[in-house]
Amino acid sequence: MTAKFKRSDGREFDELRPIEAKVGVVPNADGSAMYKSGDTIAIAAVYGPRKMHPQHQQNPSKGQLRCDYNMISFSVSERIRPGKNRRSTEISEITKWALEPVLLLGMYPNQVVDIFIDIIQADAGTRCAGINAASLALAHAGIPMKEMVSSIAVGKLDKTLVTDLTKEEEDYEGGEGPTDIPISMTHDGKITHMQLDGKIGVEQLKDAVDLAKEACEKIYEIQKKALKDAIDMGNGEKK
Amino acid sequence: MERKVVIPGEVIIEGEDYLPGEHTEKRNGQIISIRYGLAEEQNNLIKVIPLSGVYSPRRGNVVIGKVENINSNGWFVDIGSADSAFLSINEVPRYVNKDAMEEVFKIEDILIAKIWSIGKRGIDLSIKLRGLGKIDEGIIFKVNPHKVPRIIGKEGSMIKIIKDETGCDINIGQNGLILIKGPTIDSELYAKNAINFVAEKSFVNGLTEELTKWLKENKK
Amino acid sequence: MTTTEPTSERIKKYLLEGKRFDKRGLFDFREIKIEKNVSKKAEGSVRVKIGKTEVIVGIKLDVAAPYPDSPDKGNLMVSADMLPLSSPRFELGPPKFESIELGRVTDRGIRESGFIDFEKLCIKKGEKVWTVFVDIYSINDDGNLMDAAAMGAIAALRLARIPKYDEETGKVIYGEYENESLPLKEDSPVSISIHKIGNSFVVDPTREEEDLSECRVTLTTYEGAISSMQKSESEALTIDEIKKIFDISEETSKKILKEIEKKIK
Repeated sequence: MTAKFKRSDGREFDELRPIEAKVGVVPNADGSAMYKSGDTIAIAAVYGPRKMHPQHQQNPSKGQLRCDYNMISFSVSERIRPGKNRRSTEISEITKWALEPVLLLGMYPNQVVDIFIDIIQADAGTRCAGINAASLALAHAGIPMKEMVSSIAVGKLDKTLVTDLTKEEEDYEGGEGPTDIPISMTHDGKITHMQLDGKIGVEQLKDAVDLAKEACEKIYEIQKKALKDAIDMGNGEKK
Repeated sequence: MERKVVIPGEVIIEGEDYLPGEHTEKRNGQIISIRYGLAEEQNNLIKVIPLSGVYSPRRGNVVIGKVENINSNGWFVDIGSADSAFLSINEVPRYVNKDAMEEVFKIEDILIAKIWSIGKRGIDLSIKLRGLGKIDEGIIFKVNPHKVPRIIGKEGSMIKIIKDETGCDINIGQNGLILIKGPTIDSELYAKNAINFVAEKSFVNGLTEELTKWLKENKK
Repeated sequence: MTTTEPTSERIKKYLLEGKRFDKRGLFDFREIKIEKNVSKKAEGSVRVKIGKTEVIVGIKLDVAAPYPDSPDKGNLMVSADMLPLSSPRFELGPPKFESIELGRVTDRGIRESGFIDFEKLCIKKGEKVWTVFVDIYSINDDGNLMDAAAMGAIAALRLARIPKYDEETGKVIYGEYENESLPLKEDSPVSISIHKIGNSFVVDPTREEEDLSECRVTLTTYEGAISSMQKSESEALTIDEIKKIFDISEETSKKILKEIEKKIK
């Protein structure tokens, strides 16, 4: 990693924004979670496994995952017209791909697990926050999973790799400009999602993956704590 | 090993001596949880008791459900699982006129029934045993099905305390639906709130004492 | 699962004794919580919780042409989205009647009261006016989304500020404010929905109770008078019943208005 780059919010190049995570935020859901990273806030709710409707989409050999990613109209400065658009349709599918590899849905033929993700406030990294919230909500819903999934956007600003871009950094115009690389990983280090927009050499991209691994490790610890804190073991203290 | 909360993918314990039980997997000599829940050890067998999730039906479970459809052979009952359960006319301990199925059970009726088989075809119910059949009155409400064992308690000890204190008759469906029938609505709500208290505190040590205290404090 | 028949009978019987399962009086609300500024990107936003029911409401402003029949007045657009995240009963897809009605009833509650001074939202007569978007999202439905939505809309409008507007470029500079609130009157409108369950009337039903509602009447009270109303569901009411509903609304709205105002101060 090359020359020092000064981040406008004073973070180190590999420093995450402050994170908050909590499960059980939607009482009606079978599992739910909120994940906040800086000024980006995502909530996710899981329903199911439940019967797949419409019936022609049922798969008799295993259960399926269905994801819906949605930004609420006032999560960004310029109001988004409510409803689906191309971007949210793509991210919904990306999210499904990021999470499906860890799910054990073999025992749920003809059934579906629904995940609904809503972005309340956006300051870049919304798909990653959504995936982190969704992974928490799936675990919270008692869905059998091999691993947790954690997600982060690493990036390159001019020539420097940085972790967890803000919107301001995404819009950076100096030098080589911004490169945005959202990556999702299982806790045992498998990549389930990766995208890239910008311009970066292969060697530096390899470094970016390693940087994402470090960040995902930190996010995993926060996810783990959120799930463990939700169980009251009595004696006034939570374990 | 002490009982502990684990999350999916978490290593519960290492070592070749241990065997993977329910909701766990063995990978590279490690026992790993595949569900969010409480990990327990018994004679080197490690299992995870789930804390959440929808109801997964098992043979022999007594459940409470709602009739949602009827055909000429029986009734489809929503028991809160992904697939609805079926109560065949052969599993009803009385004569059924196939032209007047609604006279026996109609849509929206609430039944308490036993799961006698689960197969490829679906979940089959029976009401041939005593105490099963249509529920005519009482308060019905839902708790998380994973809290049911705690609400019942060891050999029914927890629920017995609530029954004795409130004077209510209580039927607990393994699917989390609970029926309470008592001398007054006030007594039924007293029992309902006591059950919700147990469900909320279900992992606290010394729950029996806590419940006894709660019952005293909330008695009219 | 919707409320079962045996439970419904118990609820109705108990209501006739003037009692509810959660110990509230017939015209009492559950605990109301209002959290301000849930999204920094909105001009104003709140989270409203009534018991376990939760909505978030945000205000966005934009500059647009006025309607030809009101060239010197700003516009109001209210929409409600019953998110599938918030209940197993809500589905993805085009808005269902319930969410359209939720938006429209909330819209009329604000518009008809005269609470917003639309003339002050005019930038240049016949050319440019502010459009005020009020967007309502359900987060958890445990009954009475209707009143939660109205409460959230009023609270969010109270908190909203007008962003800077660059007349030369014709662009709104979001995130920068003139430190100017929306032109609102001092009093706030308040909407209360009264539900008929069996032979009883209640306000603020839980989901379990709302399943039994045969008729809902939503009344918006502003400066002591009724400014909008909606009778929903195909259940006929007697003249005595509707008059009783007016009385309940009058009594309850005063109480709730005080509570809301205290919470958004």
